[in-house]
Amino acid sequence: MKLIGCLLLLSGWLIVLAALVMLQVFAQRSAFIAAGLGTEILGLFLLTNAYTAQQRRQK
Amino acid sequence: MNPALPNLALTLPLILLTPLASAGLALIHQGLGRSRSAAHSMLATLCTLAIAAIAFTLLGNHWTGYPGGPAHTLHIAGASWNWLGNLPLLANSAGNANPAASLALILQVFAAGLAAIIPLSAGTDRWRLTPICLATAVFSAFLYPLMAHWVWASGWLAQLGANFHLAPFQDFGGAAVIQVPGGLMALSVAWILGPRRGKYSAGQATAIPGHNIVQVLFGCLIALVGFIALESAACLLFGNALPEQIPAVILNAVLSASAGCLAAVLTTQIRYRKPDASLSANGWIAGLVAGSAGCHWIAPPAAILIAAIAGFLTTRLVEILELRLLVDDPGGAISVHAASGLWGLLACAIFSTEPGNSHQNQILAQIVGIATLIGFLLPLLHAANLLLNRFLPYRTDRDGDWQGMDIRELGSGAYPEFVIHADEFVPR
Repeated sequence: MKLIGCLLLLSGWLIVLAALVMLQVFAQRSAFIAAGLGTEILGLFLLTNAYTAQQRRQK
Repeated sequence: MNPALPNLALTLPLILLTPLASAGLALIHQGLGRSRSAAHSMLATLCTLAIAAIAFTLLGNHWTGYPGGPAHTLHIAGASWNWLGNLPLLANSAGNANPAASLALILQVFAAGLAAIIPLSAGTDRWRLTPICLATAVFSAFLYPLMAHWVWASGWLAQLGANFHLAPFQDFGGAAVIQVPGGLMALSVAWILGPRRGKYSAGQATAIPGHNIVQVLFGCLIALVGFIALESAACLLFGNALPEQIPAVILNAVLSASAGCLAAVLTTQIRYRKPDASLSANGWIAGLVAGSAGCHWIAPPAAILIAAIAGFLTTRLVEILELRLLVDDPGGAISVHAASGLWGLLACAIFSTEPGNSHQNQILAQIVGIATLIGFLLPLLHAANLLLNRFLPYRTDRDGDWQGMDIRELGSGAYPEFVIHADEFVPR
């Protein structure tokens, strides 16, 4: 879970970079950047969940 | 290319006042921890500042560079990506005939130190001194320089306007360079260390109050002076601000701190029926952090609104982190520095009065910067911390948890006269 979370964070950033390089139209670029940020939020959610579950087990 | 020299008589005193931000945060961290780890906390701060200064000057400055300085640039898809600075290693160019670059180096040394002490707040009472020193060295030499170059030294984020037809990513006071990296580092450290022993017992979170709230509140006042100096100096050196624009930066900083604190006082008054001093102190710093991103180009009412939202968010987020996500962050660094910094970066675009850039482009540019902080810097910081933790375990052992870090690592306590002797209560 932690690894997947970290990979999703990185993937989201790469989507943002790809949007900058490959897209010129503002609306398309905005949509891809939003998608990248969404992927990052999903990754952060997974990472946070993994650590919370770990703390719960140790508690 | 040599950058233009800002007003030396104004910039130098401002840079010299910048360490007060670190002094203020040190008092806050120390006061919010337990008395049995107070000396350890202050010594860790001093060691962190010392190591950050040396590591950044010798290695970090090489990658950081200065605006318009030499850099490693990649040309991809018709755009130039300025990834890293390319100054001589071991500070061989420091003190040469380029005073603007030397001033930038001095400010960056203090800024790197400030960023490096933020995670100490999350590791209070359980993070060992040797791993603190090692993590600080890695952070200052290799990780801090990334955002510092990309934002403050003509890196690719600063050139989003020129290369990608957006607006340049804006962070005048160091929210993306100092506060958010420090806050994300704090999050990573808190995850790795786990909560203090006794924090979660019988399925419930136990409140472990700070041992000296007077120091915490005094630290807020000291930090205000440091933040004003830091933001003003950064605006002059990296934001092309004119000296006559500095009073507006100072006013915004004061209003931000005030609004953040009052919002936290009000929120805790409504929620707990009494204002909470430590959360109000967090609100003060959160306001400063949130206001720092756009300190140069936001109107005073906008600064008040941004900071008030940050103050409110901080009080809520501290609770969510502690109760729901089980993250034990005694000083609230994650909420105060990471969350408020991210909000400030976005708010900077929403409320910016800077002429020339459309709000749409500016908001998109700020989102690219925020995505870089969360999607690139957080995994990098966390991977570095996990790796270092394998070689040199971050957390003290079980005895250290109970004894306190002062006795465990330093051999003596911070307040030897505070021992309560049983015979003092015997009737005479």
